[in-house]
Amino acid sequence: MQEISVTSKKQPRHPLDDLIRTDRIPHIWCPGCGIGTVFSSCLAALKESGIDLKKTVMVSGIGCSGRAAGYVKLDSFHTTHGRAIPFATGLKLANPELNIVVFSGDGDLFAIGGNHFIHAARRNMDMTVICVNNLNYGMTGGQVAATTPYMAKSTTTPAGNPETPFNLPLMAYASGATYVARWTMLHTRDLTDSITEALCKKGFSFIEVLSPCPVNYGRRNKQKPLDMLKLYQEKAIIKNHADPSKLDIDFEKGIILGKFIDLDRPTFIEHYDKIYRPSRLQENVSGLNS
Amino acid sequence: MEFWRVPLDADTIQVSRGIVHILEDRCKGCGYCIEYCPKQALEFSTNFNQKGYHPPVVIKPEECVNCHYCEIICPEFAIFSVESLQTTEVEQART
Repeated sequence: MQEISVTSKKQPRHPLDDLIRTDRIPHIWCPGCGIGTVFSSCLAALKESGIDLKKTVMVSGIGCSGRAAGYVKLDSFHTTHGRAIPFATGLKLANPELNIVVFSGDGDLFAIGGNHFIHAARRNMDMTVICVNNLNYGMTGGQVAATTPYMAKSTTTPAGNPETPFNLPLMAYASGATYVARWTMLHTRDLTDSITEALCKKGFSFIEVLSPCPVNYGRRNKQKPLDMLKLYQEKAIIKNHADPSKLDIDFEKGIILGKFIDLDRPTFIEHYDKIYRPSRLQENVSGLNS
Repeated sequence: MEFWRVPLDADTIQVSRGIVHILEDRCKGCGYCIEYCPKQALEFSTNFNQKGYHPPVVIKPEECVNCHYCEIICPEFAIFSVESLQTTEVEQART
């Protein structure tokens, strides 16, 4: 029998290939979009943090960044618009052993899902929220969002945005989040470290990540994808523990990045168990002692 | 790598070397890896990939120091580097 010798060059595997559904790659995100970088940084952080990935769930809402739940090879759920945090809250309360990561966009978390965010932070639900802020509604065609900077152009504000945008870290802090940070997709190593820290931290952690949207935001504001990254590089001021009320995004003055808040506060489950399930608390304590 | 003056502790410092792997068919040609490579070791290829984009190509493979920055900034999981077991130039110069 003739021997078949095929010297096929085996395609090398990317180090994160074991955490993504490779059959769905290339993903739908546009060329130059920063969500892919934030997603890969989040996966690297999941690996680095050493948490049990079998007990980790990624939840996302609607929008471009909402697609992340479909690409990750963990338990994940793509929820309805704005309801990523309530779904994650339910998951956490039903099974407190799970590590919950909410990966979503600014429109989903802060416009339609704004109230859910505030109340999850107030209750101090134990979860990590990563908000990819691309400054507009990218998926629906670049309409003005709650985070679009003052005077920036969008489909619905062709002469400039007359509204004042949200200061997301201030809102998270005021609502009661125990970990608040902001990075851009260019500061990838700091971002990965920050996500790792947030994953290992108990309580509500919030990380805002600025990311370019070249097709819908950049095109209308005369910014090529690389211009946006250069702007991040020039205008970034890294200032840990800065005052949250001074963190407005203003590209003229400079954008302040860093880890702003790192507190310890009892989580919702701890409070709930103390009042309504003292037996479970005792079990946990005796379980720890034995 | 050229040194303006050879550092005094050059014999104890190990400069790692890397080999860049590019998964061409995943690339969408954003050029972030090319722009932000600290050693300028990458360039747009003149070839097209399956989707019609120009993927990057390594033009100076000996310059790669395995910093992984192309790997972490790539939004497409299309480029990564692994450590090469070559000896560093300083060591070669000293032997």
